Amino acid sequence: MATEPLPLKKTESPGPAGAPEDAVPAAGSPGGPLVRFDKVVKRYGDHVVLDELDFTVDRGEHVTLIGPSGSGKTTILRLLMTLEKVTDGVIWVDGAPLTHVRTPDGSLKPAGEKQLRESRKKIGMVFQQFNLFPNMKVIENITEAPVSVLGQSREEAETRARELLDLVGLSAKVDAHPSQLSGGQQQRVAIARALAMEPEILLLDEVTSALDPELVAGVLELLEDIARNTDITMLCVTHEMNFARDVSEKVLMFDAGRVVESGSPEKIFSNPSHERTREFLNAVL
Amino acid sequence: MNDGFDWDAVGESLPLLLEGFKVTLLATVLGTVVAAVLGLVVAVAGRAPSRFVTAPVRLVTEFVRSTPLLVQLVGAAALFNTVEPLYIGITVLGVHYAAYTSEVYRAGIDGVPKGQWEACRALSLSPRRTWQAVILPQAVRNVLPALGNYAISMFKETPFLAVITVQEMVFEARKYGAEQFAYTEVFTLAGLIFLVASYPTSLLMRKLEKRLGH
Repeated sequence: MATEPLPLKKTESPGPAGAPEDAVPAAGSPGGPLVRFDKVVKRYGDHVVLDELDFTVDRGEHVTLIGPSGSGKTTILRLLMTLEKVTDGVIWVDGAPLTHVRTPDGSLKPAGEKQLRESRKKIGMVFQQFNLFPNMKVIENITEAPVSVLGQSREEAETRARELLDLVGLSAKVDAHPSQLSGGQQQRVAIARALAMEPEILLLDEVTSALDPELVAGVLELLEDIARNTDITMLCVTHEMNFARDVSEKVLMFDAGRVVESGSPEKIFSNPSHERTREFLNAVL
Repeated sequence: MNDGFDWDAVGESLPLLLEGFKVTLLATVLGTVVAAVLGLVVAVAGRAPSRFVTAPVRLVTEFVRSTPLLVQLVGAAALFNTVEPLYIGITVLGVHYAAYTSEVYRAGIDGVPKGQWEACRALSLSPRRTWQAVILPQAVRNVLPALGNYAISMFKETPFLAVITVQEMVFEARKYGAEQFAYTEVFTLAGLIFLVASYPTSLLMRKLEKRLGH
């Protein structure tokens, strides 16, 4: 499977080699980072989950977020997917504010549900608990959004869904219901469902945590495949350090709502410079 | 009035009662349809983001739930005295039960896992498709047995329609009883017909519950 090209469209885009990360207006210019968190704060009541978080992700980059539970990793994905609202700060995606709209005087105000729906189209998410629709067959799970959101014809969407099911190795399960599949198979369908929307950014939220150990490898291989053969930008929260090492170019170590360290997997795993990173890696590796 | 049980009266009244039973059945079926549809609308409207929608909806359902069906029937019949009583009966039954079925739906909707809503949002589904394709099919499946039980309850409350002169079974029974002084016979028979109709339906509902895995 890995040798064949994936049936995914490669878009012409300026590569990750772009402007320096700290150039302020770069978020809006082509070639700048695809995702930029700009002093993002997330609070639940008094509990601060993210504390003026700044970080960027380049186009096509595969970033792994690691850190102890409760450090805010999943919250970052949920904010990007607009499942949660930022308390303060702005998230920029492709140069546009994700959850805000520009008013005529140039300031930003929170976007309405319609605009949020538009923003979300670029972003796909795979969940820890799969969240397939149990009332639909596998193929319907995959075609629902392409038909009703992207306006694809049913035939078009089904053809593509079959290609994607082939990619994830589940061609035989087209007409099955999710309840008839194993966890690993369900997660593959969920990945196919997310890919069917042709997202620019794919968010992976502990996608192997709910799987039986023997099913983890297959799902990880699939994701490695996707990472290698597409230009989809991936943000991945995981406890699978091997996956972080094999797939991502950048690892961000979180603690208490802040990035304490970031760098290539080689650097983070073999030569962490921060005490918290060392402690965390000692605990999980 | 005779002291023994008059079997002739039973035979004589049976066709009349069955004639009335047709009306009973019609009122139940149509009333259930109204309750099922309206209850769903109320449940979904109750989740609207605007208080201007949810507040009036809550007020009306509270009103309906806090007043007896009989009072609602007589009130509606007096208010709309030009409308055919059967239509009023069906509507009032439907609205009355919608106040309860909406709660059932609400519970069914709450029972759909949060992850389903999140998956819908992650796929940018419109609110309409979210409800139509994902949430309601799961919610309705969960509440089907409970809705069935309300339909059976409604069936047993149709005799109230006699009060607004709908000629359902109990209306016919009362008429026959008054004319022939055979209340015992005719009401026993009416009771038996109710039993014969509702007991198998309850069993069916229980079977359905089991099949849906409750």
